[in-house]
Amino acid sequence: MLRNDATEGGGRVAQLAVALAASGRCQCPLVCKKNKMIRTVLSRTFPRLNRLSVCHYSAVAIPTPSTQPDVHYNKLFINNQWQDAASGKTFPTINPATGEVICQIAEADEADVDKAVKVARDAFRLGSPWRRMDASHRGLLLYRLADAIERDAAYLAELETLDNGKPYAVSYTVDLPNVVKCFRYYAGWADKWEGKTIPIDGDYFCYTRHEPIGVCGQIIPWNFPLLMQAWKLGPALATGNTVVMKVAEQTPLTALYVASLIKEVGFPEGVVNILAGMGPSAGAAIARHMDVDKVAFTGSTEVGHLIQQASGSSNLKKVTLELGGKSPNIILSDANMEDAVEQSHFALFFNQGQCCCAGSRTYVQADIYDEFVERSVERAKRRVVGNPFDLKTEQGPQVDQEQFNKILGYISSGKREGAKLMCGGGVAADRGYFIQPTVFGDVEDNMTIAREEIFGPVMQILKFKTLEEVVTRANDTKYGLAAAVFTKDIDKANYVSNGLRAGTIWINCYDVFGAQAPFGGYKASGNGRELGEYGLDNYTEIKTVTIKVPQKNS
Amino acid sequence: MHYSVCVNTHACTGKTSSSGGVGNSFFRYLGHQQQAGNGCNHQGLNQNHQPQPADGPETQALPMPIPDPPIQYTKLFINNEWHESGSGRKIPVYNPATGKLLCEVEEADSEDVDKAVRSARAAFQMGSPWRSMDASDRGQLLNRLADLVERDRLLLATLEALDSGKVFLMAYFVDLVATIKTLRYYGGWADKIHGKTIPVDGDYFTYTRHEPIGVCGQIIPWNFPVMMFAWKIAPALCCGNTVVIKPAEQTPLSALHMAALIKEAGFPPGVVNVVPGYGQTAGCAISHHMDIDKVAFTGSTAVGKLIQKAAGDSNLKRVTLELGGKNPNIVFADCDLQYAVEQAHSGLFFNQGQCCLAGSRVFVEEPIYQEFVCRSVEKARSKVLGNPLQPGVDQGPQIDQKQFDKIMELIESGKREGATLECGGSAWGQQGLFIQPTVFSNVTDDMRIAKEEIFGPVQQIMCFRSIHEVIQRANATHYGLAAGVFTSDIDKALTVSSALQAGMVWVNCYNAMSVQCPFGGFKMSGNGRELGEYALQEYTEVKAVTIKISQKNS
Repeated sequence: MLRNDATEGGGRVAQLAVALAASGRCQCPLVCKKNKMIRTVLSRTFPRLNRLSVCHYSAVAIPTPSTQPDVHYNKLFINNQWQDAASGKTFPTINPATGEVICQIAEADEADVDKAVKVARDAFRLGSPWRRMDASHRGLLLYRLADAIERDAAYLAELETLDNGKPYAVSYTVDLPNVVKCFRYYAGWADKWEGKTIPIDGDYFCYTRHEPIGVCGQIIPWNFPLLMQAWKLGPALATGNTVVMKVAEQTPLTALYVASLIKEVGFPEGVVNILAGMGPSAGAAIARHMDVDKVAFTGSTEVGHLIQQASGSSNLKKVTLELGGKSPNIILSDANMEDAVEQSHFALFFNQGQCCCAGSRTYVQADIYDEFVERSVERAKRRVVGNPFDLKTEQGPQVDQEQFNKILGYISSGKREGAKLMCGGGVAADRGYFIQPTVFGDVEDNMTIAREEIFGPVMQILKFKTLEEVVTRANDTKYGLAAAVFTKDIDKANYVSNGLRAGTIWINCYDVFGAQAPFGGYKASGNGRELGEYGLDNYTEIKTVTIKVPQKNS
Repeated sequence: MHYSVCVNTHACTGKTSSSGGVGNSFFRYLGHQQQAGNGCNHQGLNQNHQPQPADGPETQALPMPIPDPPIQYTKLFINNEWHESGSGRKIPVYNPATGKLLCEVEEADSEDVDKAVRSARAAFQMGSPWRSMDASDRGQLLNRLADLVERDRLLLATLEALDSGKVFLMAYFVDLVATIKTLRYYGGWADKIHGKTIPVDGDYFTYTRHEPIGVCGQIIPWNFPVMMFAWKIAPALCCGNTVVIKPAEQTPLSALHMAALIKEAGFPPGVVNVVPGYGQTAGCAISHHMDIDKVAFTGSTAVGKLIQKAAGDSNLKRVTLELGGKNPNIVFADCDLQYAVEQAHSGLFFNQGQCCLAGSRVFVEEPIYQEFVCRSVEKARSKVLGNPLQPGVDQGPQIDQKQFDKIMELIESGKREGATLECGGSAWGQQGLFIQPTVFSNVTDDMRIAKEEIFGPVQQIMCFRSIHEVIQRANATHYGLAAGVFTSDIDKALTVSSALQAGMVWVNCYNAMSVQCPFGGFKMSGNGRELGEYALQEYTEVKAVTIKISQKNS
């Protein structure tokens, strides 16, 4: 809603905050605050707030976060009640900034998944309160959920930062507003998801009903815990499904708090069930469950294969997948250099590099390559890494030890395989999972760091000469999630954006998300689309009803 | 927005009602809206003969009108400010139940319309806050307006009952709910109005933008003042237009209160301008205005023709019209008789018969004709007339002397032309514009009461023998707004509903309206559709953008 001018590199993060951000009431203060933070952090041109804000132009500072927010919920949420795991097992959730245990969480496995599926099935039976509810009232419940999240936004942002390690300024100004916005967006769809009447041949009357699929299993990752929850719940609930959601074991806290809000705003029992647990146990139980009608998964391509296999070997449940990426970001020599550098930096380093759509192959045209690398290195060196609760911090820790080790392994492979380490490459603190912002130059397409998803703050910059060449190279990957091109030339922009095999293309921008715009992958980056109207398809069964009539008339 | 509210009245007054019906759902919905419900309050929605849940509204205190409500707003609302009229003239506003003057309101004339159009045009300039606002923020403003209407629901319902004479509980449970739901519904549409990308021949890239039309003139009637206000502004604003709206001179009060809420919600100045005035002056100025891009009118067919002509005489502004009706309600012998009697009764008598949708030609199949008439008379006789602010009252006064006289004159014509007056037929009470609930039987198609819109509490019941006969008779009218059919035979239901020339056909229900469902007339009942997704077409211009590209690929 507020959009910076975008030509001055300055508000790269601000642009995301803005592009991603925005949900009515909450968004404006947040965006305003975000811009304030950006000013502090970058000492750059303050993005001009040239658009009306529905928040009446207010600019409130980001509230000072509590660095030790209370944890209220650590059990399984089944049938609107808090329950211990059937096994009695718990697992620790860790603060990645310190490596310390925050608390113990009830650990779901197959028995708990069964229990959750039973109540979700019961909530979905014909004649249940949920099935008989007006679609507009489903929408109203989602609006109320958005309102409740907005009310508790500061607390939720604290919890998200504590559990995930992302900077609080980002949690508060990017994740939370987008969560609210996503729920509001799908709230609006609930009573607008229309079937058709169809002029079939013969003396028949034919119409379609868009019915919910049924019990949906949803397995979400740790990189945007709240936002992924919203992306999953919004369309599933708007269309009238019931849900058994497994949240990532690294980041269960905010999802469980949202569960309490789901109950508070009045969703009937059993409609949403939220379990924390491990992939191989709880996740697998969902994927192979005979009474789960659909499974939606966001995570690695490797696990995506397992989910699809589990569906095939169980009940052929519908599958949607949002998986990995190795997204090309193509900088043509006529692009605005400063803007392209800033956006490319942001495209990779945002969220500690833990984005499936991270622009992790930055292709730069040969005549500007050296300058681009130099400026990118300079920008990466200025990146503020530290305590995620510090409002000046741009980069927090990676989410856990495993990711931390994996990323350091990739950095070693880059060095070993002959890429030029321009900056970073090491650990950034003596505790927690911090990694220095790292830039590799002279990267070749066959290097491991150019082929595999690193999911960390490691930027690869590659050189190209011609458009045809770069489109071919950009498409030479099993992935197809996102891509970007920076150019002022309308023909080049059209050529490249048409030629790239990716579900999302950004032109002269990166990571611009809106709840309205679909997101998903070509090839091994996924199956189906989330967000937008397209997101509703994944949660709908179409029923064709044909009625014999005495005489057809147009 | 179901109107079958005679049922509601009974629920409201604690009487038992044999048919829960759609009206009940309405009531129940609202009664619970403020609670953190469990979703169970929707049991029985759209289900007939459904007992009220134990915690149903009849166990709660009914809302009471605000005694002597303050009338805060009596001026013209232009550019988010209150203005006196250029001429200094004022409109006297009466309470039709007592004939007493409520207040005086500034009377807009063409000079004031000009001023309003100028501010609406300025608000529509490229780069204005309104034009550069995110669509989702437009939606959020409408949602916020809905919240404010909900907050002021009691006051608005009181004003509406005082000003229009409609029964307070109807205003509270029907008009205000419909208003709130309409605003929320279109709030949800704002960021879901999608253009398309189109596979044109040749090396081109083509897409469509759905742009707002511009300054929209809107002229609304007095029978549902606040609801019509919402029906008009909500789709217009959700598509991004600006508005100059003229409420009826009889009922300006709720519209002016809405104006205050529009400002409070945060709509930018000039986006909505409210100019109470008379049709011949202010209304005429709108329809003839050279800088109004579109006019939408709800009212009589006679005035609808004037509006269409004015558009032709001036700038070919787009015209949408919702006009009169003489709606057939066809009752087959195989229907549920008592239910059909009740639906036909409320289908005619709702809102003192002042509905363009009124089922004012009840065609009853011969075998059940006498019984149907008998039960309908009994039902009409049981109606309680009185002060619309008092609980227990079913029917208030007609809106004004002119309407009162016209209805009485048509009743006389019915008697004169040989219809059987079964009950009613006269004025009621010592003061105010009350008319007894009137039922005519043995009505033939050539009588004036069978051809002209009466817009009062006068029910015509005709007899028919065959399905083909009744279809032909039902369609033998200039009008084509709505129709009903009652039968348990699926073939009859589908045959009749296909054959009737009407914008809405209700099967085994009447007045079952809902914001999601389009509304409008065939033939001389109007032009275009309101409500639902269809209404968005009436407030958008489609722009096709075609860009030359170097090479097209699928």
